[in-house]
Amino acid sequence: MHYDTVIIGAGMSGLAAGIRLAYFDQRVCILERHEVYGGLNSFYTLQGRQFDVGLHALTNYAPKGTKQGPLPKLLRQLRISHDEFDLREQNFSEIRFPGKKLRFDNGGALLVSDVAEQFPHQIDGFARLWADVEAYDDVAIDVTPRSSRKVLAEYISDPMLIDMLLCPLMFYGNAQEQDMDFTHFVTLFKSLYCQGFARPRDGVRAILKTLVRKYKGLGGKLRTRSGVQRLEISNGQVASLVLDSGETITANTIFSSAGYIETMRLCSDADQSPPTGEVGRLSFVESISCLDCTPAELGHQPAIVFFSDMDHFEYARPDGLIDPRSGVICCPNNYRDHEHLTEGMVRLTSLANYDRWSALDADAYKQAKRDCYKHIADTAIKYVPEFRQRVTFTDFFTPLTIERFTGHLNGAVYGAPSKRRDGCTRLKNLFICGTDQGFLGIVGALLSGISMANMHVLAKQ
Amino acid sequence: MTEQQVKEIVLDIISVVAPDSELDGVKSDQPLRDQLDLDSMDFLDIVMELRKRYKIEVPKEDYPHLASLDSCASYLLPHFSEVGADTAAG
Repeated sequence: MHYDTVIIGAGMSGLAAGIRLAYFDQRVCILERHEVYGGLNSFYTLQGRQFDVGLHALTNYAPKGTKQGPLPKLLRQLRISHDEFDLREQNFSEIRFPGKKLRFDNGGALLVSDVAEQFPHQIDGFARLWADVEAYDDVAIDVTPRSSRKVLAEYISDPMLIDMLLCPLMFYGNAQEQDMDFTHFVTLFKSLYCQGFARPRDGVRAILKTLVRKYKGLGGKLRTRSGVQRLEISNGQVASLVLDSGETITANTIFSSAGYIETMRLCSDADQSPPTGEVGRLSFVESISCLDCTPAELGHQPAIVFFSDMDHFEYARPDGLIDPRSGVICCPNNYRDHEHLTEGMVRLTSLANYDRWSALDADAYKQAKRDCYKHIADTAIKYVPEFRQRVTFTDFFTPLTIERFTGHLNGAVYGAPSKRRDGCTRLKNLFICGTDQGFLGIVGALLSGISMANMHVLAKQ
Repeated sequence: MTEQQVKEIVLDIISVVAPDSELDGVKSDQPLRDQLDLDSMDFLDIVMELRKRYKIEVPKEDYPHLASLDSCASYLLPHFSEVGADTAAG
């Protein structure tokens, strides 16, 4: 078979690129290794319950009718209406550090008032930071990387406030340990604090099903259980794709959302030595617990709680299996108009070490899951009411689960620490979209697919 | 095909590219970008829709001709005649 464009991976970025190209009459095929589409943001059903993978919250929320900002922009580009995602806003979220609590809601008013109350001497600097962030052009592709910690120190003198502001941004989209590039900080600051969180009423599947329906309706082909085994290279470009089944497909242009190094290793002329340096190191464990009551009935209202037990927030690969000293507590029930979720759910996320998990044998792996869940829950109940007696069912995933479903080496959720913003590779018809292109989160991933399709195919025709 | 019809076609395309736009009061001699908050992604879409619907090619160097409804009309009218798009525009 020959296509105008083949896209590797049916995650958010691949589906968005596919919709753009199919809408403008390209013959497009998306190849997905797994049975289910979605990649990092997918869904599954277990014991009759529906679960989301990835999605805690859709960031960059903008109410219906808003013209500016990433969410309205991507909806326009995909010809999808705001109603189709069926988004509901969060109640509010919290950042909890020893002795300090900051809340934030959509639009930022609550965060500003909590900073003024909890850090009265910092509010002028924080207001200056807010104004500068809003005015900053974070979509420019050619900017020199700068340390966020250094830039933030020009505005804020209390190191705990700096760490509290960084904590949610790092957990929700930073591939670098301990620090992050300032442009990336601005993108995430806007998406979490200035814009905020929402959730599709029926979870991530509402978004994915809308995308797939749109894509197929435009004539796009989606093939699941079709992993790419090899990219045949000749004359500086991809000549064909060889699938795991041995089938060969050709295409004028190839987009890959499999990760930069992961994609380049598929090339027939690639050096197959183990990759070094550029591979992401940050991964997570997550437990999903179902409760026989809602979190609100236990007195817990926030959608998301980001916590650190230490004054100084450590965002790094832990030495042990996990780092239970910090984490994220997500309650999908705590979004507006979510009464249809009669069963409560608490998701606990912590940093984890891929190598430690992959070194375990099957029995030790099972036991480690139980131990880590207990350990994380012990810390979490400082920030959420005691819920453990109300748990009816728990599922737990590890860096190995992430690697299996996303193909990202090391189970690196946010990919490699250095990004390729223009999507280009050494091969002239192969482009990277998704995590390693550098726009993260659901909204970021969708914009990544859109902008790569625009830049490398549509604007060139 | 008249210039007025071309303007209506462009407005119809904008209603798809930027569905929340308030198109009633658009001044035809003023830049669309400022009146409707359109950005470069939206303009690429207008160009792409012209190609998709009417097989009209607008090269990148000609994008400035799409600035206002008036300039769209005078620039695009000859293109519509060339591709015989009168009937397609229906």
